[in-house]
Amino acid sequence: MGQIKLSKVSKRFGDVEVIPPLDLTIADGEFTVFVGPSGCGKSTLLRLIAGLEDITSGSIQIDGTDTTDVPPAKRGLAMVFQSYALYPHMSVRKNIAFPMRMAGVPAQEQDRRIAAAAEALNLTDYLDRRPGQLSGGQRQRVAIGRAIVREPQAFLFDEPLSNLDAALRVGMRMEISELHKKLQTTMIYVTHDQVEAMTMADKIVVLRAGVIEQVGSPLDLYHTPCNEFVAGFIGSPKMNLIKGAEAQKHGVATIGIRPEHVEVSSTAGLWHGTVGVAEHLGSDTFLHIHGVAGCDPMTVRVDGELPVKHGDEIYLTPQNDKLHKFDGQGLRVD
Amino acid sequence: MARAVSQRRKILFTVAAWSVGVLIFFPILWTILTSFKTEAQAIADPPIFLGFDWTLENYSAVLERSNYGRFLWNSIIIAGGSTLLGILVAVPAAWSMAFVPSKRTKDILLWMLSTKMLPAVGVLYPIYLLCIHLGVLDSKIALVFILMLINLPIIVWMLYTYFKEIPSEILEAARMDGATLKEELLYVLTPMAIPGIASTILLNVILAWNEAFWTLNLTAAKAAPLTAFIASYSSPEGLFYAKLSAASTMAIAPILILGWFSQKQLVSGLTFGAVK
Ligand SMILES: Nc1ncnc2c1ncn2[C@@H]1O[C@H](COP(=O)(O)OP(=O)(O)OP(=O)(O)O)[C@@H](O)[C@H]1O
Ligand SMILES: [Mg+2]
Repeated sequence: MGQIKLSKVSKRFGDVEVIPPLDLTIADGEFTVFVGPSGCGKSTLLRLIAGLEDITSGSIQIDGTDTTDVPPAKRGLAMVFQSYALYPHMSVRKNIAFPMRMAGVPAQEQDRRIAAAAEALNLTDYLDRRPGQLSGGQRQRVAIGRAIVREPQAFLFDEPLSNLDAALRVGMRMEISELHKKLQTTMIYVTHDQVEAMTMADKIVVLRAGVIEQVGSPLDLYHTPCNEFVAGFIGSPKMNLIKGAEAQKHGVATIGIRPEHVEVSSTAGLWHGTVGVAEHLGSDTFLHIHGVAGCDPMTVRVDGELPVKHGDEIYLTPQNDKLHKFDGQGLRVD
Repeated sequence: MARAVSQRRKILFTVAAWSVGVLIFFPILWTILTSFKTEAQAIADPPIFLGFDWTLENYSAVLERSNYGRFLWNSIIIAGGSTLLGILVAVPAAWSMAFVPSKRTKDILLWMLSTKMLPAVGVLYPIYLLCIHLGVLDSKIALVFILMLINLPIIVWMLYTYFKEIPSEILEAARMDGATLKEELLYVLTPMAIPGIASTILLNVILAWNEAFWTLNLTAAKAAPLTAFIASYSSPEGLFYAKLSAASTMAIAPILILGWFSQKQLVSGLTFGAVK
């Protein structure tokens, strides 16, 4: 019902090619996350799919029909914006009803769907308020409610949670995931937060400068990043990338090891360093270790109970089967 | 100490603001006062400020001599009609400039404003001839059109500045929600821009109301608005200051009252949303 297929899609703003031609297929019902650093073209790509920007070349198919020249209103997609983009002069009820009003849904059916959405999103008590009288989280829910009532082919989210505080973000993240499980509708979700990407996605698309670096499931990307960029971008804290003599031992330009795949010892190990900052999270502690050749500082995740502090001497040994190897171009070597 | 200084500053600013206000308002005040004097007292030297014999004879003389109601009606039609027509043309124009700008948008805006720098008398002759040929000389419809065109740059410019402040994401949301262009303008943009549109309307009504050059040159008896009504009292055969003042007062009174009741709206409109 909601398959989206991009063929050779590119976008220029004036002389700047923000997105060189790319191909991408998003399967029906899939939760796809576009992730990448700021300015890499995630929003632009989403807006091309939405039809809010015209593509420079290529074609977009939604559900098998070419929609390249179809205006956004006719593409059957719903979008949730970072700024929520609610209509400030309308009540919550009117906001949610707006897409149905535009589509000519009968009033009774409108009421039924509004009630159902308000129930699902905990908005029943706020239906007669204006957006200005709601908290950020409530506004976000209204924006989602406005998107679901029209029963779109696919949902597009552009960093919908980035204006919320951390606790609310985690809650809304779950709600959106649950919504997806319930509706089974295609969702495309843009974020620069790799934790959101990992926890929500069926499929992650990693972008850099408008180019797709890798497409895969969260665990694919975690276990077998195809290059140094993806290796550094996916996973938190970031993978340690070690260059120089240590890497040469493995016959490559760079080796990578995730902080959680390094054993620590106070007596013996492959590498040796001094503890700089120790970040105690309670369950875990992240140690930033100085003095390891080719990687300074190296980040290591240890058990929260381990008694370590600033200035301690420490020995490190990577788990050999968890080493990632990259060649001079930064591409993965297996 | 800081507090004392700021208190003194406050007084200083208040006094300064009132002085400027009184200075600007003084001619209007003087006109209103003069309209209640006798002709002799009106030209008395030294001028009499308040201690004159208050009289309404100028007003009754003016009302007797001319048909104030007809001039008033013409003014209302010309100012109101040209403003409404202008808004209808300017909303879509300002929308496209604010939300789908092209490389030339800024140039077009500047060019439009530059037409306001053209001395009106430069195009009087062609427009006058045009009116004769179209048979619309001394008609309200011609003035509605001409004043609309004259003030259009200002209306477009004001609306443009207003629309610029509306986040484009909200309009995009409307588009995603299935609104056609017309629905987007009607249900989303216009209601959100109501304060801006209202102050644009107000300012434009005032401009059109006070517009004298075209209304004086293109009307005779039928379509003459209040500007012509005032002008008819400044005759070369000797000025009747008191009667002229009475006529002026009657001409500006409606707009003065309108402005008074909507000053809050006007201020926020003219400061372009800085006071929201
Ligand atoms: N209308 C525009 N005109 C010119 N350049 C643009 C326009 N919109 C975006 N760009 C450029 O395109 C690039 C990609 O922008 P985009 O907004 O897609 O980035 P993003 O990945 O969403 O970043 P962020 O995470 O900061 O939101 C940026 O370099 C930006 O400057
Ligand atoms: Mg973005």
